[in-house]
Amino acid sequence: MDGEDDAPKSLMEEMYANGIEGVDDAPSSSTSTTIRKNRPIISGEQLDIEAYAALYSGRTKIMRLIFLADHCDNSGMQLEALRMAYDELKKGENTQLFREVVQKIDGRLGPNYSMDATWCAMVDRKADQRKDKLESELNAYRTNLIKESIRMGYNDFGDFYYAHGALGDAFKSYVRTRDYCTTSKHIIQMCLSAILVSIEMGQFAHVTSYVSKAEQTPEALDPPTIAKLRCAAGLAHLEAKKYKLAARKFLEVGPELGNSYSEVIAPQDNKVIDNINFRNFLELVPEVRELINDFYSSHYASCLEYLGNLKSNLMLDIHIHDHVETLYDQIRSKALIQYTHPFVSVDMRMMADAFKTSVAGLEKELESLITDNQIQARIDSHNKILYARHADQRNATFQRVLQTGNEFDWDVRAMLLRANLLKHEYNLRASRKI
Amino acid sequence: MNTVEGLVNQIQGLSTTASDVLSLQNLLKQADDSLHAESTRLFPFLDQLDPSKHSLGYLYFLEACTAGPVTKEQAGSYVLMIARFITSCIAEQIRLAPDKFITVCKRFKDQVLLLEEPLRGVAPMLTAIRKLQSSSEHLTALHPEFLLLCLLSRCYKAGLSILEEDVFEVDQPRDLFLFCYYGGMISIGQKWFQKALELLHNVVTAPMSTVNAIAVEAFKKYILVSLIHHGQSPANLPKYASSVAQRNLKNLCQPYIELANSYSNGKIADIETYVEANKDKFESDNNLGLVKQAVSSMYKRNIQRLTQTYLTLSLQDIANRVQLNSPKEAEMHVLQMIKDGEIYATINQKDGMVRFLEDPEQYKTCEMIEHIDSSIQRLMTLSKKLNGVDELMSCDPLYLLKAGRERQRFDFDDFDNVPQRFNI
Repeated sequence: MDGEDDAPKSLMEEMYANGIEGVDDAPSSSTSTTIRKNRPIISGEQLDIEAYAALYSGRTKIMRLIFLADHCDNSGMQLEALRMAYDELKKGENTQLFREVVQKIDGRLGPNYSMDATWCAMVDRKADQRKDKLESELNAYRTNLIKESIRMGYNDFGDFYYAHGALGDAFKSYVRTRDYCTTSKHIIQMCLSAILVSIEMGQFAHVTSYVSKAEQTPEALDPPTIAKLRCAAGLAHLEAKKYKLAARKFLEVGPELGNSYSEVIAPQDNKVIDNINFRNFLELVPEVRELINDFYSSHYASCLEYLGNLKSNLMLDIHIHDHVETLYDQIRSKALIQYTHPFVSVDMRMMADAFKTSVAGLEKELESLITDNQIQARIDSHNKILYARHADQRNATFQRVLQTGNEFDWDVRAMLLRANLLKHEYNLRASRKI
Repeated sequence: MNTVEGLVNQIQGLSTTASDVLSLQNLLKQADDSLHAESTRLFPFLDQLDPSKHSLGYLYFLEACTAGPVTKEQAGSYVLMIARFITSCIAEQIRLAPDKFITVCKRFKDQVLLLEEPLRGVAPMLTAIRKLQSSSEHLTALHPEFLLLCLLSRCYKAGLSILEEDVFEVDQPRDLFLFCYYGGMISIGQKWFQKALELLHNVVTAPMSTVNAIAVEAFKKYILVSLIHHGQSPANLPKYASSVAQRNLKNLCQPYIELANSYSNGKIADIETYVEANKDKFESDNNLGLVKQAVSSMYKRNIQRLTQTYLTLSLQDIANRVQLNSPKEAEMHVLQMIKDGEIYATINQKDGMVRFLEDPEQYKTCEMIEHIDSSIQRLMTLSKKLNGVDELMSCDPLYLLKAGRERQRFDFDDFDNVPQRFNI
């Protein structure tokens, strides 16, 4: 936790020096396969990939490492990431990902890391054998019609496919177990597995449906499961860009989860700060706490600075990556709106200083906000002042009344005309029939 | 010969009282064919009849006379005769034979066009309409002819009075289409865009079983006018438009729809390039002028948007934002808009600043109160009319039959047939 304060400055310098996307690392959201600890890592010159990767396990680790490799400019870090991915994969059985990683390494790490074809072939053969075995077992169970064993068989199948990276098949197997679930615990297990696989596949619609299914099971769920479910739901919503919903879901999770949620929550209303859970969790992430405090005490400049720093980290996180831009824009506009809200007139030069932009840029931003009707104000471009404007209710009402009257008039007349035409046509047809 | 003379005598004799006129009408109907057979020789007999007294007979004769092909010289004399007839005829007698009257008037229009003097036909046609109409809400077949003459002779104001009336009763749907289309064109010429929109909207949403060319042309103009007037074009036809229209109109007017789309993007350069590219199409539809108006209205739209966000703005800024070339042009535009009453602003030439003001209307003056009051009255009358039509419809036996067949049956009584007639 020390060195926290000069972290921002050093970050800025290092970012420019190394041209690296991410320098300071903040842990991001978990998935249902891992539970992480919340520790901001103070880094030296480079992203500490080892430490980062140590936070995850399983498949997500591999995916994150690959993502890192794709998005880092520094080839040193890239190779590091790929090397770790390679090691991980060798421990597992996923040959397809393995091939991908090998391609990416492209022989840059030396002869040890080249395509290990024999190992691949061996793994594949073992896989086929195991698959045959599982199949025969499953058939046996099916002839016996023992529900429990059939369910277990499908489950095993699902696990097997998952280990090999055939996510679609894994999903299908898990879904098939649904027919054979007897207790709610089974259902929950099934749902969790399905959720896991769908998250990996990126099909968040499925995630939402299974989460709701899991929540509907009558038995009480224990906290870690609830946390996992909430987290999954949050992720799904994030993808669907429903930031508000996502924020709410994340909020309900216990304090064990990551700080990227705070980014999502920032666009939310003030009530967030009052949430006790949130406060607890904030204790664990001082940097973000600073940020939120600044936001609410209107120290926008420093707030936005922190945001800038965190941005680089968030870019590296798989899930948030796509949404960082939108979130940032939203946070910024929210800050602007909040700033102008209590005033009748605001000097734009002072405001530009507060937000660390030029007056012209500020004017443009304000203009777009006013057009979207989020700020009720008008800009005096000559004197560079923003005046709040309150719509005149009485005039507006009169205007609306007259307009409604006209529309009614027009609509009714047109309608009568049409009715007449229809009647005429109908009569014509009737007379023809007769 | 004898029959014709005898007919003339009868006309002269029986044209006084209403019952006589009815019997005369029967006679005339029977004699119609013989009249037509001798159409070439009827001309001199017309002098024996007085149009102001013997209107019905005169009408029959006139119709038979003009039945054949007409040369240009003859057209001149016919035009005079028919014009005189129209002005002096008796409305009630005419209304007994509306078809004949309409045919005569149509031929009149043709002859006037043959002579290439549509202006001569405008006034008589107006009189003809007034005499033929049973009420001011009635649309006759002559309305579109009249508007056509107005259009061709460019005297749009004459068409004004006809357009101002509300139309509720229609004889033939085709008349309505043409009427609204021509009316729309006249309104565009006079820059009454709201009225034009209404009329064109009526054409486009009228019930029709197949798409007709009038509706397609009307739709094209409709899109353009709504761009000019509202700044946006309707995305979809309202639900009450016929399904035929909804499906097909869009496909047939593709360049216009794309024009509307590029308009909504707000970039003047784009829209101008698009117009240049498709100039021929617009020209062949005779819509190029309208398209140009639409493009220029975009500047206005952009300036109006500025009034919403700015209190004062320099002319240079306006020019930049609206993509005009110089502050001078911006000043011209703003000046024009202030004159037209489209925005409220003051220009300070010393600083080169424009100050936008709020709409000064306070809704407190007497005129405003009168305006509101009259609107309320008008709407109440309209409402009553609507109720009246609704009641009429509910008593219609055909409607009852259809509604009765499809209603829900909850009770034993419901299974009886809907009473169609009371036979006491």
